[in-house]
Amino acid sequence: MASIKMQFEVPAKMKTWSLALIAVGLVALVTGLVTKGFSADEHEQTQFWGTLMYNSIFWTLVCNAAMFFIGVTTMAMGGFQQSFRRVPEAISTMVPIFGAITFAVLMYVIFGHKHHIYHWLDTEAVANDPILKGKVGFLNPVFFVIWTTLTIGLWSLFGWRIRKLNEQADGEPMTAEEGATFIYKNTVRAATFLVWFGLTVGSTIPWLWMMSIDPHWYSTMYSWYTFASSFVSGMSLIALWVIYLKNKGYLELTTQEHLHDIGKFMFAFSVFWTYLWFSQYMLIWYANIPEETVYFKHRVQGPYKGIFFLNLIINFLCPLIILMKRSAKRNYTLVAFMAVLILFGHWIDFYQMVMGSLSKEHVTLGWLDFGILSLFVGLMIFFVSRALASKPLIPKSHPFLKESIIHQV
Amino acid sequence: MAKKKFVVGCFEDEAVLFPAVKKVRAAGYKIHDVYTPFAVHGLDHAMGLRETSLHTAGFIYGITGTTTALSTISWIFTKDWPLNIGGKPHFALPAWIPIMFELTVLFAAVGMVLTFCYLCQLAPGVKKHHFHARATDDLFVMAIECTDTTNTDDLQAFLQSNGAIELSVQVAEEGWWFGRYDNEDVPFQNKEIVAA
Repeated sequence: MASIKMQFEVPAKMKTWSLALIAVGLVALVTGLVTKGFSADEHEQTQFWGTLMYNSIFWTLVCNAAMFFIGVTTMAMGGFQQSFRRVPEAISTMVPIFGAITFAVLMYVIFGHKHHIYHWLDTEAVANDPILKGKVGFLNPVFFVIWTTLTIGLWSLFGWRIRKLNEQADGEPMTAEEGATFIYKNTVRAATFLVWFGLTVGSTIPWLWMMSIDPHWYSTMYSWYTFASSFVSGMSLIALWVIYLKNKGYLELTTQEHLHDIGKFMFAFSVFWTYLWFSQYMLIWYANIPEETVYFKHRVQGPYKGIFFLNLIINFLCPLIILMKRSAKRNYTLVAFMAVLILFGHWIDFYQMVMGSLSKEHVTLGWLDFGILSLFVGLMIFFVSRALASKPLIPKSHPFLKESIIHQV
Repeated sequence: MAKKKFVVGCFEDEAVLFPAVKKVRAAGYKIHDVYTPFAVHGLDHAMGLRETSLHTAGFIYGITGTTTALSTISWIFTKDWPLNIGGKPHFALPAWIPIMFELTVLFAAVGMVLTFCYLCQLAPGVKKHHFHARATDDLFVMAIECTDTTNTDDLQAFLQSNGAIELSVQVAEEGWWFGRYDNEDVPFQNKEIVAA
């Protein structure tokens, strides 16, 4: 492995760019805070905190999806991801950072008593509302705070344990017994993470954080829908970093074959997302019950109509048509383009999920949204590149590394 | 169909098979096919086979299914026999999407199976020649098509020098031919079994 570059060095240009993005984001954040966050107008306040909410939730879930990717491939005894596994590992180091931001924003909303965002915070309204009264066991500040703390804390902890264990793969080659123990431990830790992931992203957390903005409305598809959205974005983010590193001459052991598999994930989960989108939409459309259609009324027929259909075009039609061919999934340029498009599309999806309920009359997409987005992208680039540089890029003693090197699709 | 003469070489290992395939091709012989007990990654590439167009066919069958479903159901529900179902519009696209999806899958799946059978010249009752029965078990069997000028002895010696453990010259009929196995042509011959 003499010719293989094991150590990533953060290029000065990348650092400058990420800091510039963070600076732009901070300017937007401060301007937003002054003009909207502390404004006397409830609508402006709601817009500001809503924008922070969907951005922080989106990026936390996307970065957590990278750890989910490691978890599922470990449980499936997968070998192909080993040559680039440091990339999802580095992305998952963002979970504590973005998690802390999400936590701060959500706690402000709860303790700042922002009942324009979470209507169920208004105790008087809840007492006079039989539907909300029935949900009070789930939708109450105490449960919200405890569950949110546990969720973000355990995501960070379990992810950290998996990353910590895999530092062993940078050491001396393992014997057969050591290798078997290593794989077994990996399996146990991945399984622990996945169980907690299923309990949170797979069910409760999207209900709690985002669906409870419309406290009367509910959809059992909502969490899976959010999960699909975050996982396909997570795969796109992994693809972007892998392609970036390949471009810079790193990750020599990762080839078109690996890119093809990442592309398959992006393709398959775009279709999976559409399946869930449609399952949620069609049942509500078909039954046509007012308390269910309330969610789609202003999205399909109101001001969000454009975004609603743009969402379908970007997140379903484009991946379906462009990524279908084998040659497309093996083309670095095309996969990079699609990864950016999918990430943007699902960011828009999260935008309409949260802001579509908070600001029903107007589409608020504007400088604040893109400013906050730039803050999160800047933070992501800054910290992920640092995490990548902190460890060897290839786990050279991982028992499955050979499988990854000879991987063929 | 025309009967053709084949020189058949059997290999016990992929690692021997791959260089042999390359050398046989480099020497200018035409490999009819290589029969393996399992899918060998990269063998199609080594043999110089072009990429299959089965998936393109599948795509065409799929969109045929989608269009069939959409045109049929929209004609029925908007022109031929409009019904008021729960006050929904006659052109109720969301309700039709599951049917369009099902027909896409049905057309693509059935069409691809039939195309696959046609490309492999397989059908119920079609008789296929087995170059070596152990190709279904643990042997890699390479069949080389002979021309009028092929010297089979030279070719067998060439294969042997490249690691073939068993060699034979067989005459087989290609393509579709209906019939059944003759009694004297049992694929699993009752060879004398030597106790190990």
